[in-house]
Amino acid sequence: MASVFSLPRVSRRAIKVWQRNLNVFWKTWKVNFFPPLIEALLYLAAFGLGIGMYVGAIDGVPYITYIAPAILAISVMNSAFFECTYGSYVRMYYQKSFDAIIATPLSIEDVIAGELLWGATRSVISVAIMLPVLVVFGVISLPFSLLAIPLAFLAGLTFASLAMCFTAITPSIDTLNYPSFLFITPMMLFSGTFFPLSVLPAIFQYIALAIFPLAHLVALMRMATLPSAGALLPLHLAWILVATVIFCVISINLMRRRLIV
Amino acid sequence: MPGIIEADNLTKTYSGAAAVSHIRFCVKKGEIFGFLGPNGAGKTTTMRMIACVSPRTSGTLRVFGMDPDDNPAEIKQRIGVVPQESNLDPDFTCAGNLLTYARYFDLPAAEAKKRTDNLLAFVALTEKRDVSIDKLSGGMKRRLILARALINNPDLLILDEPTIGLDPQARHLIWERLRLLQVQGHTIVLTTHYLDEAARLCDRLAIMDNGTFLVEGKPADLVRDQIGSEIVEMDNTPDVIACLTEMGIPYETIGDQVQVATGASRELAKTLLDRCKTSRVSTRPATLEDVFLKLTGRNLRE
Repeated sequence: MASVFSLPRVSRRAIKVWQRNLNVFWKTWKVNFFPPLIEALLYLAAFGLGIGMYVGAIDGVPYITYIAPAILAISVMNSAFFECTYGSYVRMYYQKSFDAIIATPLSIEDVIAGELLWGATRSVISVAIMLPVLVVFGVISLPFSLLAIPLAFLAGLTFASLAMCFTAITPSIDTLNYPSFLFITPMMLFSGTFFPLSVLPAIFQYIALAIFPLAHLVALMRMATLPSAGALLPLHLAWILVATVIFCVISINLMRRRLIV
Repeated sequence: MPGIIEADNLTKTYSGAAAVSHIRFCVKKGEIFGFLGPNGAGKTTTMRMIACVSPRTSGTLRVFGMDPDDNPAEIKQRIGVVPQESNLDPDFTCAGNLLTYARYFDLPAAEAKKRTDNLLAFVALTEKRDVSIDKLSGGMKRRLILARALINNPDLLILDEPTIGLDPQARHLIWERLRLLQVQGHTIVLTTHYLDEAARLCDRLAIMDNGTFLVEGKPADLVRDQIGSEIVEMDNTPDVIACLTEMGIPYETIGDQVQVATGASRELAKTLLDRCKTSRVSTRPATLEDVFLKLTGRNLRE
């Protein structure tokens, strides 16, 4: 049996799985279009108007402007993660779509790669819907905030591949709740999203930076939307790039191990 | 001429247990070849290996002369698969399923649309074109899966229990279509539990059990070689048993029936009516079912 680190053979046919998911998405675009829009408005209202009234400014930045990039980053995380956990699991297990597709010239590697690309695309779509809202509210600046779009794709791929690792090993759809609550929720709260990481004890800061992709994504998003590029930019970017490559490779191999018997 | 499928010593083990063990067969172009056997015999595993979705453990396997381990995409480009369980895409309509599938085979959009229309007509689903999958009956789903398997105009069709759970009308429609496909030059391999279906459709078939072939051949030859041409049946009473034993005629008891295989049923029936105290003697042609039960036994599986 091949190692989980061996390089999977993915062909250009992966794009056909991506197309399939895009077709389904467009069929129900009304359902898919509004959640990111509403989400952005809710966050802005709750944190901007509500908590923002008490907080004032962080690091000299108005609170609502401080959390705007976090809203984008969290949306990137949730879109890709939930698409490639629950979404992919339903397609794999209940709809048996993967079985149907691998009876054609596509391989399981192509299918999973297509799913990962699609997960990343969901992140891009969410960010693309939220950006105009944030611009209208004047909490992010142009044109550098447009960098959020390519960033959404890259980090979307990180979260999609991470999610696919869980999907590959989960015994049932119910056990996907564990990574959601034990990993995603703490990550959302402790990644420098709603308050700076620097207020935490040093050890927690290191842990967050070591295991939370979101911590790096929020930092990068913030550099883009304020904008204020920092010295750590290459490090954050490198962390995300390396993690993405590793998780993509592992998730495809784990899925192959699960489905090809 | 080399066969479409050639297998030698083909073996598949799942964590040590052999699902398919050293089977050897060859399917020729234009043939309908059937795999029969009780549940767990290894039929589906064999189909999955041919369809390049399950790697073999050992032995050789060639499809169109190519190795599924080395050229899966090239082989799959030329086969159509009807799986046992429906895996139609519930996110699409009937036409949407075919069009999406066509894309996996790299068909140009115009060609895909043309084939979709033709195939929906072929399986009598033109009116359901824009209906979603969950609104279809079991028979319609099965027909749509057949249409989907034909979207790439495959040289080889792999059917895993194509008529499972269908009413007689739908089964006849599928049979008729499969015959038509054979005439058009398609090679077909199928598994089935319906022995009348196998006898009707298959040019050759193999009866499998415990991962191995028990027999292989033409249905009529198998019946003649294994059973004989006819079966005489009587009620299972002590008198009948004593009478048969006395005359030295080999018989088999099945529940309340006694069966005698013979090549001359009329004469035997007359003799038995004259000599044994039996109220009922009936004769019928031997069938594939008799062969199947003789070879695989009458015990329930699973």
